[in-house]
Order: sequence, then C-alpha cells, then structure tokens
Amino acid sequence: MENKTLTELTVELKSKKISSSELTKYYLEKIKKYDPRLNSFITLTEEFALKKASQIDTEISKGNFKPLSGIPIAQKDIFCTKGVRTTCGSKMLSNFISPYDATVIRKLNEAGTVMIGKTNMDEFAMGSSNETSYFGTVKNPWDLERVPGGSSGGSAACVSAGLAPCATGTDTGGSIRQPASLTGICGLKPTYGRVSRYGMIAFASSLDQAGVFAKTAEDCALLLTHMSGYDEQDSTSSRESVPNYLQECKAEFKGMKIGIPKEFLEGLDHDVHLIFDEAVKQLEKVNCKIVEISLKSSKLGVSAYQVVAPAECSSNLSRYDGVRFGHRTKDAENIIELYKKSRSEGFGDEVKRRILVGTYALSAGYYDAYYIKAQKIRSLISREFKEAFDKVDLIIGPTTPDVAFKLGEKLNDPIAMYLSDIFTVSTNLAGLPAISIPMGMKKNLPTGLQIIGGHFQESKLLSLAHEFQKMTDWHLQKPDNQKWI
Amino acid sequence: MDIEYESVIGLEVHVQLKTKSKIFSQASTNFGANPNTQACAVDLGLPGVLPVLNKEAVRMAITFGLAVGARIENNSIFARKNYFYPDLPKGYQISQYEIPIVSGGSLDINANGELKKIRITRAHLEEDAGKSIHDLYENESAIDLNRAGTPLIEIVSEPDMRSSKEAVEYLKKIHNLVRYLDICDGNMQEGSFRCDANVSLRAKGSNELGIRTEIKNLNSFKFVEQAINFEISRQTQVLSKGNNVVQETRLYDPNKNQTRSMRSKEEANDYRYFPDPDLLPVEITKETITKIMENMPELPDKRKTRFMDEYGLEEYDVDILISEKSLSNYFEKVVKKVTCDVKFVANWMITELLALSNKHSILPANIPVSPSDFSCLINAISDKRISSKQAKTILEKMWKSGKSPDEIIDEEGFSQISDEGQINKLVDNVLKNHYKSVEEYKNGKDKLFGFFVGEIIKESKGKANPQIVTQILKEKLKDDN
Amino acid sequence: MDKETVSKIANLANIELDDSKVNEVVNNLEKILKLVDEMNSVDTSNLNPMSHPLNLKQELRDDIVLEPNQRELFQENSPNSHDGYYIVPKIID
Repeated sequence: MENKTLTELTVELKSKKISSSELTKYYLEKIKKYDPRLNSFITLTEEFALKKASQIDTEISKGNFKPLSGIPIAQKDIFCTKGVRTTCGSKMLSNFISPYDATVIRKLNEAGTVMIGKTNMDEFAMGSSNETSYFGTVKNPWDLERVPGGSSGGSAACVSAGLAPCATGTDTGGSIRQPASLTGICGLKPTYGRVSRYGMIAFASSLDQAGVFAKTAEDCALLLTHMSGYDEQDSTSSRESVPNYLQECKAEFKGMKIGIPKEFLEGLDHDVHLIFDEAVKQLEKVNCKIVEISLKSSKLGVSAYQVVAPAECSSNLSRYDGVRFGHRTKDAENIIELYKKSRSEGFGDEVKRRILVGTYALSAGYYDAYYIKAQKIRSLISREFKEAFDKVDLIIGPTTPDVAFKLGEKLNDPIAMYLSDIFTVSTNLAGLPAISIPMGMKKNLPTGLQIIGGHFQESKLLSLAHEFQKMTDWHLQKPDNQKWI
Repeated sequence: MDIEYESVIGLEVHVQLKTKSKIFSQASTNFGANPNTQACAVDLGLPGVLPVLNKEAVRMAITFGLAVGARIENNSIFARKNYFYPDLPKGYQISQYEIPIVSGGSLDINANGELKKIRITRAHLEEDAGKSIHDLYENESAIDLNRAGTPLIEIVSEPDMRSSKEAVEYLKKIHNLVRYLDICDGNMQEGSFRCDANVSLRAKGSNELGIRTEIKNLNSFKFVEQAINFEISRQTQVLSKGNNVVQETRLYDPNKNQTRSMRSKEEANDYRYFPDPDLLPVEITKETITKIMENMPELPDKRKTRFMDEYGLEEYDVDILISEKSLSNYFEKVVKKVTCDVKFVANWMITELLALSNKHSILPANIPVSPSDFSCLINAISDKRISSKQAKTILEKMWKSGKSPDEIIDEEGFSQISDEGQINKLVDNVLKNHYKSVEEYKNGKDKLFGFFVGEIIKESKGKANPQIVTQILKEKLKDDN
Repeated sequence: MDKETVSKIANLANIELDDSKVNEVVNNLEKILKLVDEMNSVDTSNLNPMSHPLNLKQELRDDIVLEPNQRELFQENSPNSHDGYYIVPKIID
C-alpha cells in the first residue's frame, strides 16, 4: 500500500477498493509500531482521524468525491489546528490548543484529507537537525544514529518511513528541502506567497513558506494544487492564479535549458558530487541542455539569512510573554520577572540564541550595519537569480553538501549547523520555488537534487522532477523499518 | 542674573479613527463592551495570525492629511515598534516609522489675536494598545484588550508653540477639524482624542532647543494647559538653580496638579523599528486622492469665512457657532427655515440654546431640540405669536418634553394676543379700574405708563403683545386729552 | 560583543541568562557575527534593501465587523484570567 502514489490511492478510494477508514487505520497502526523509535510525531490525532475518515467514507458512498478525499496526511506542528494541541516543537506552546485552523489546514481539510497527527519539528522551526525540539530528537529512518534534517524533520521522517503517505512542512531557509534530501523523499517549497501563511506560526515572516513532502513529484503537484491560492487573511499571499499542477507536471516534456551554479559545487562532498554528475547525465538524456552559471552572491546567503531570520524572529516571538497563552512561570513577583522567567523557561537555547542575535541586529546603532545590509544583500541575490533565469529555465544543484550527519555532531556548533543550509537559503531570500528529490545513495544514505525555478514556476520544476523520476527509481527506495524492532 | 526663558512646546496628538472594525482585524471598535469580548485572534496576537489593513482607516488618514495641506506618501510603510507591555499583545505595535502616510502640512491658530502657523511634521497610522487596569485587584493588574487594534493617527507637530495657551489652541483646532472631517468622535473622556506634550525651555532669543520632557496621555484641554504650565515652572526652577533638565517621560497627576517621572519608561527605550514583514507598501494612487478630495467636507476655517460673508455675522459669534460641527450644521438648518434676520437666530442659539446645553451638560451634538422645532420657535417669536419671554419658557419645555413649540403653545395657551380689538378692550378695562391713576398720569406722573402696561399684560395673563399694548395705550391716553 | 552588550540585549528581549551561560552565549554570538560580517565583502551602496520577496502592494479590506465574541474559547489557553480579564502581577508605572 505504501508504494502507491496519492493519485493511485485516490483512484482506489474513489472506486471503493479501499476505504479511508482502512487506510487511516493502516497508517495509525504503522505509526504506533514504528514511531516510538523514530519520534516523528508530537501528537497523534487518532480519534479525530478515524471520525473524519468515516465521514469521508460516507461522503464517498454518496458519490461525493473531493480531490483528496480520504488521503491521510501528517501536519507539521507549526500549523494551527482547531481543538488540537499545536506546540511548534516548544515547551512554550506545549499546552496550547489552537482555537482556529490555519488556512493550509482548512484548505487541505476541505479537499478531503484526513489529518492523522502533528509532526515533530525543531523548536519554532529553528534548526536543521530536529534536535532543538522540546519533544525530543527525531531519528533518520535510514540510520537511527543520524538526524533527519530540520526543521520539518518529523514530517520528512514519517513520510520516508512510510508512516504517512504525505505531510506538510514549512521552509524558511531549507526546512523542507534539506530534510527531504536527508531522508530520501520529495520536498517542495513553493514561491513565497503561493500558499497562505495564516495560522502557520511565524518564524521569519518574509522567508517562511508552507510546502509538502511526498514520495513523488506528482504527489507534490497534487497537494500543491489544493494548498495554494490567495488568502485575504494573508496580505503577503499572491493573487497569481493556481494551475492544475498535476496536469502541468505530467504534460509532455520537451527538454529545458538548465543552469548549474558553480558556487553550488564548492565544498561539496566528493561522493555527493559524483552522484550529482550521474543525475545530470540522466537529464541530458531527455533533451536538457546543461550550462554552467554563476550566482556569485549566493555564498553570502547564509550571512544575510542569519541576520534577517533572527531579526524577524526576535520580533515575532515577543508575543510569547506568558500573559494570554503559552507557558507562564510559576513564580513572578512583578511583570518583568513574569516575562523573563516565562520566556527563559519556555524557550530552548537555539531559540534564545536567535532572539538575541535578532535583537542585536535591530538595535540602535546596528540596524544599518546588519539589517539594512542584509536586506541589500537580499536584493543582490534576487537580482542574480533573475539574471540567471533570463538565460535558463531552471537551476539545479545538490540540496545539501553531504548526507545526513550524526545526531549531536553539530548541535554545539551553530555555525556548522547553519552552513548545512548553504545551498537552500538563497532561494528563501529571493522567494523562489524549489524542490528536492532523491538523486542517489551514498552508502545507504540518500542524497537530494535541488531544482530551483523563477517566481511561480512550480509547474516547470515539478515537470523536470517528474521526468527525472520516470527515468530513475531513487524515490522508490525505502528504509528498512524491520531493522528497528 | 536672571535669565528669561522661553518655553518650546510640541504635541503628539493621538486620534482614534471612527472605523467600525479595527485597523488590522474585523473585531468591533465599539467603546464600553465587556472586557476582552471585542478582542479577536488577531488582536490577541495568537500564534500564526496576520494583520490585514482596513481601507477606511487609510481613507481617514488621507482625509486628515489633505485637510492640513500635507503630502500623502504614495508608498507608505508599516513598521513594528518593539517593546514589552501587557496591554501590547504582540510585543510590538504596528505603526509607521520611516515613511508615514502623511507628512508636512500646517494649521493656523489664534495666538493673542494674531494668526500663527503651527507646522505638522507628520501623521502616521498605528494601532492602539489595550488597557491595563491597576485598581481592580489588590496585587494584580487586569488586562482588557478590547481597545487593542483600534486605528489611530498620531499627529506630530513641530515645536512651534510657545505657551500652554497656544498648545491648547492648536489642540482644539485639531479636535474641531477631525470632527468636521468625521474621522473621530473626539470623545476625550473615552480616550478617543488624547495627546502627549513635549516641553522644553531655552533662553529667550536662542535658536537651540533645550532638553525636553514628554508628558504622556493628557486627555482634557484643562489637563494639557495645567500640565504644561506645571512643567514650565518646574523646568524653570531646575534651570535657574543651574541644573540640567533630565530627558524623560513624565506623567501628569490632575489631583496634585503636578507631573512626575515615569520610572517604568526610563529604561533605555530601543524600539528596534523595522518594516513589518506581514504588511506590504500601501500604494495610494492619484485617483484615490482625487476622490477623497472631491468628497472633502467644508472645513472649519472655510465655514467661518462663509458664515461671516454670507450671513454678515460677527467673528465672535461665528467662532462660537463653528466651534462644533454639529452646532454650525444646526445653525444652517434653522436658518433655512426662518423668515427673520439671521443675526436673531445666531443670538438665540448662542444665548438660549447653548445656555441650556451648558446648564444640562449636554454636548451640542446631543441637543434634544430638533433644528426644525427650534426654527418654528424662532418664527413664532418673529411673527409675534409669542413674546421672547414666553419663548424662553417654551424652549425649556421643549428641551424637557421633546414636544414641538406649537404643541406647547396650544396645550398651555401660550399664544400671544396681537388682535387690536381684544387689546382695546383690555386697555379700556384697566383704565376704567384705575381712573384715579389715569388722573394722576394726566397731571404729569409719567412713570405710571409702565404701571398701566404691566396691569394690562397681567389682565391678559401675559399673552398681550406688549408692543401693541404700548401703542394702543399711548393713543388712548392721548385721546382722552 | 561582550558580556555587557549581551546582558543589554537580553534585557531588551526579556530573556534571562544564567551567569554560567553568558560566556558561551558571548562566544556563540561572536562567531555568528563573524559569519554575518562576510556581508561586508560586497559593496551594496547602489542597492535598495529588499523587505519582501514579491513586489506586491498592500491589499485593503472593507471596514466590516465580522468577528464574534470568542472570549471564553480564547481564555481556555490563558494561564491566568478572571472576570474576563487577563491577569498579571501588579504593574507600577
């Protein structure tokens, strides 16, 4: 069952070969069996899921079939879900029951999906290894000693391990693509503004974008179609019309001009380089013209990102003050103590670190040198991408410089951790869509191919990804869960 | 040697805009609801929520800008002002910093009989905070976030005022203007209109600005005047002792009539302004501006000139009439319906109607007598159906009962006797009853004329038209000669 | 970056730092700032700062009240509220 794509599952659901209740139970059983080792879920919404699945089954029996009717989905615990605990991976929100649904949740619910649980993540999406979660580290299904990547590590790990057919994620500097790469699945980060941010707990508002994890590019396309669109509750969402991405990605492939930035091959692991070269050869077979390009300033992406993201986060996280919701310290004599203790007890080290960096970067006397400078670098990076897309259809490169690292390996070295996003952050700074798809294995550990497009060119990059998956079977490989128990 | 100081004052006026919903959410802005019943997810700053800008708030800010001749920025930016306070739910206030929607402009005030221009630096849109209530519980403060997110424009003046009187003049001018523009209800008790005053002193003749203090949250004209006066004398004392004024935020205590330092605000304020990434540049097109300009109501200064030209009224009277938009509207409605001299209407409004509204502490906007009833009353006086004295009594009854003047005149028999035949009879009766006095009058006791008039009016139960009585009486006394 | 600066920004951000951790924080922030300082390798004087990835303008919403009173639901998440108010330790201005 778990080798089936969402498109195949919807066909079986529609023809009543399988019911949503059966499908939901199947995944819930698998989660119960395997997740204790993986820790990819923070909250399992079993009761909610079974109820919804049986409702969907009734609907289907009446002939009412929505585009994703009956498809189980795991939601990253950064999306507010009405009546369900929404923690954002933090002690701060460990008891927060959201009184409302995020737009992404509402849209996916309306399309017929069945939420089976809320997935683990780095605290407030700040991390690249899922080790900053208050709810414990998530393991990489390919090697339980290794990280699944982050911040959407739980979503990536559960899809990779076959505990859910698909999951949502969010990507601020690579938080969908990097874990997708490290766990051997597809992870799509759409154009900034493609998907509403309403109800998605903010990390860095001008960089955050919701996206999806699935086994194939087709599945990503199907999900994206039903998540996207203008939302009047999000002023930064776009009115750009939403095509049927599934249809567009399956349309006849006529070849493309593809750029490889030489900067994306610097500092790359040797084996990953070889795997990437193989992938490029595959693409050449289907009439893709490969050219070398240069994105000179992309190297500064991590630096600019480490100013913009903390600056925005320092302000976004001020609302967690222990007054209206969230963790509140037990003993506070006065209001300042209430703030300081609640926040210091409720936030983990990485979150505090970023709040401090951001506060510093925005403070009087440093604003121009850091924040304004970083926003100018952003302009520069954006311009370089734009110039590149005048010459090529898409840009490709490896998603990460190497395969998944060991748990704890980079935990105490923030710089090393930040550099694991080196190939992914510049697309967030420029607001571009990108996908990571499996491109080969290095010693039984997956590697990812990143495909980047111009604004709202999701169809194009999904189309290339789909074409690659027609020629390869890396996306069909799965970790051996049996080994864990 | 004593130095003569000059005070330098600038105001930051906070004007709550009269929108139905909040600036960034669709919760109601009504005043006086139960605590936190009008604080929605966005107002509470719940995780994941986002602001969406209210069109009407933008229109109102532009309206103000155009009314003071300011520049309207075609791409203004919202910024976050970061600070922690329990009634500021997000830990930042969405405001404007680098590119406010309105910049420049000015207002003329009356300073000792001369027009003085007060320059406006800027006016920006922002959200109001909630309320912290400190006297409800013993050891705790209570937070009500109903007000959080109410749209405000903050109007910042240049330090162009030189006395508390000028500051109050300027403040009154803005207060009047925003009500003419119908963008604020102007209710100072409810906090819809309040201001902070920046006060500093400098040696007279100097061009440099002294160190200033900021007096926060003044919500009446009287407090503004008193607080500034106190601050001027406090700073004068500090300076004349050779000390320096400390730049700080101060709070005015009306009970003690003094200002005191706000310690809680003294920690280095570093608001870390930056463009709000949740909101995009607000584009204001020429078409939008033209449309707002076309719908601009008549402004007080223009109305003043018109009242003087069109109705030939004195400046003093016009100043009173235009001091409230509702009052000047009332006046014009009455004027349209009366046949008499407009000055007579103005007099009656100022001396009688406003006196009643003062007596009952009713704002001119809430006068219970309708303009049309009031114009009937005026017409009854000018048609001599009733006397002025009667009219005053009738007006009070109208005020209390809401009845029309005609109803009251009918019910209580107030109408005036102007019929000459009737009055002839009355005069004859009185003269007959007082024949001795008539003799005395004829013998030169002129004073008795008034006595006869009084007796005749009394006889008529106050209804006889005194002018006609006088006229007939004169003839009768002459006839008998 | 020194202890004093760190404690100043920690105060602004209302974050409490253990004395034992201050040195580590100073150290980490220094490293981060060093990474960030790489931005200075390019001249950006002719560039505008970019706040938003897309060149969009703010959409304006009609002035309509649509939010119902949901106080009881919202206050289920509140760590301390009564009589409809959110409660905090007494604030002295």
